[in-house]
Amino acid sequence: MATVSKNTAKRPRSILPGFGLSLGFTVTYLGLVVLIPLTMVFVKTSGLGFAGIWKAVSTDRVLAAFRLTFGLSALAGAINCVCGFLVAWVLVRYRFPGRRFLDAVVDLPFAMPTAVAGIALTALYAPNGWFGQYLTPLGIKVAFAPLGILLALTFIGLPFVVRTIQPVLEDLEPAQEEAAASLGATRGQTFWRVVFPPLIPALITGSTLSFARAIGEYGSVVFIAGNMPGKTEIVPLLIITKLEQYDFAGATALAALMLVISFLLLLITNSLQRWSSRRHSK
Amino acid sequence: MSILVQNLRRTFGTFQALRGINLEIGHHQLVALLGPSGSGKTTFLRMLGGLDFPDPGNGRIIIDDEDVTEQPAADRKTGFVFQHYALFNHLTVYENVAFGLEVRPKATRPSKNAICDRVLELLRLVQLEGLEQRLPSELSGGQRQRVALARALAIDPKVLLLDEPFGALDAKVRKDLRRWLRSFHQEIGVTTVFVTHDQQEALELADMVVVMNQGQIEQVGPPQEIYDHPATPFVYEFLGDVNKVRKPGRPDLFYVRPHEIQIVFAGDCSADFHARIEHLFAAGPSARLTLRLLDSRETIDADMTRQQLDEMGLSEGDEVGLKLSASPPSAPPAASL
Repeated sequence: MATVSKNTAKRPRSILPGFGLSLGFTVTYLGLVVLIPLTMVFVKTSGLGFAGIWKAVSTDRVLAAFRLTFGLSALAGAINCVCGFLVAWVLVRYRFPGRRFLDAVVDLPFAMPTAVAGIALTALYAPNGWFGQYLTPLGIKVAFAPLGILLALTFIGLPFVVRTIQPVLEDLEPAQEEAAASLGATRGQTFWRVVFPPLIPALITGSTLSFARAIGEYGSVVFIAGNMPGKTEIVPLLIITKLEQYDFAGATALAALMLVISFLLLLITNSLQRWSSRRHSK
Repeated sequence: MSILVQNLRRTFGTFQALRGINLEIGHHQLVALLGPSGSGKTTFLRMLGGLDFPDPGNGRIIIDDEDVTEQPAADRKTGFVFQHYALFNHLTVYENVAFGLEVRPKATRPSKNAICDRVLELLRLVQLEGLEQRLPSELSGGQRQRVALARALAIDPKVLLLDEPFGALDAKVRKDLRRWLRSFHQEIGVTTVFVTHDQQEALELADMVVVMNQGQIEQVGPPQEIYDHPATPFVYEFLGDVNKVRKPGRPDLFYVRPHEIQIVFAGDCSADFHARIEHLFAAGPSARLTLRLLDSRETIDADMTRQQLDEMGLSEGDEVGLKLSASPPSAPPAASL
């Protein structure tokens, strides 16, 4: 009896059993699968010393690759934010023949090997491809140019936005829109003041996922990028190149820097998302 | 403001939700649309609010001498309160109530101060002062209902439309809010139409009750008239608490309410029927007896005062005689059933 009361005094009894066990499993699993491998990146890098790291990452070629990767990934995330929203809106709000088929198509970038996407896009947009042959005379270069990389990154990120917004959109009560209308709101006001705000957290989450996915993307980009150093070379490719030259330390230095930047960006967007979902919580 | 509805029809696919509704509602009335689910009462209310429209060319809605049949909700100035409130969850109580004023075009929008005064006045009216900064998720069901009401009133509606206003609340809150709405309506005087499937609620609250069934109006009238003189067998049965009885020696069925049956001792030769008491329920202002008629084996309910019950010393299993009041005020033949 005494021990029981001592236990209950320590922490409140929970109706869910197995907290200790499941937390232990979670920590072990995350450690083995995520944290330890990532730590190795830093361990390997630290062998270089600060000067070595600086030397490895401060070249023009590396900086250009970083600018390209993060810039285009952010742009792809923004494009997907808008277009993914529209796709989700159409899939949720309207009933039309072929809707289920379109809904399934959205998942293809998830399921397909990304290299296949890269090859397909290159075939379409290369100067002699279906689209490329008409774009090239107009002076628009897609394949083997930053525009092509952007296309590939947008392609692989789309499902993230659509799939995070869809359930939230489905949960919206039609009565809220009717209420807005009966209070005299125009369609535009109803959308911006009633429908859109509850979607903001999901929209941020989806775009962030799309952005994060794009930063690490390799397979679909290498085919369409052309990989010209300083122009169309992305960081993941640069890392592979260094590995092929047996420059392991240099490769891990780039990887470590990428990790740090990604982590900081995710931290920012996560707190942004948390802030907005608190504002819009039910 | 008055409402005039003529020959309103609405079909969904092959289902006829409304089959020709004609109704006139006077100034400042509190009207109940009463009916079972699927009777078309909510569809009718939504049409009054401009959230649904009659079949093309079938029916007219005139509010205050203006034909609004084709007018969308946004232009109609009707305050609509939804069954599940439909509050904007991401906005505070204040922002919810102010919504209808803030979406007005610049030319007719009140100043920020005027909006503030109006919102606070409305919140005082619905007894929610001090909760302006709460989110709807931080309110109880009854409070949310009143926010929805204040929000609908903010636009100075010509008519107030309430869809099952107390449907989602528990019995106690329901009763309080019902009483409150009654006096509230007297205070603001806006023509109000509410939908309910609870006959008690309709009879207690409304000036005028509209009983609907299968897309048609069965009867319109003040509560007491509806209760005392039901026009059709449907109204009789829907208002509840009624027995169908066959008089001895006559083929047709009659309706008789439990309180219109007089209980006498079994030996009384003036009794119309004889019955055995199957169940006796006395935990209330009057006693309710469930009786099985000895000749036809049907069960009926009858009410008697607690005092009479004690005097007669009845208990379950006893035999009693029943007398129908000489001429029950409400006993139309139910032969059509």
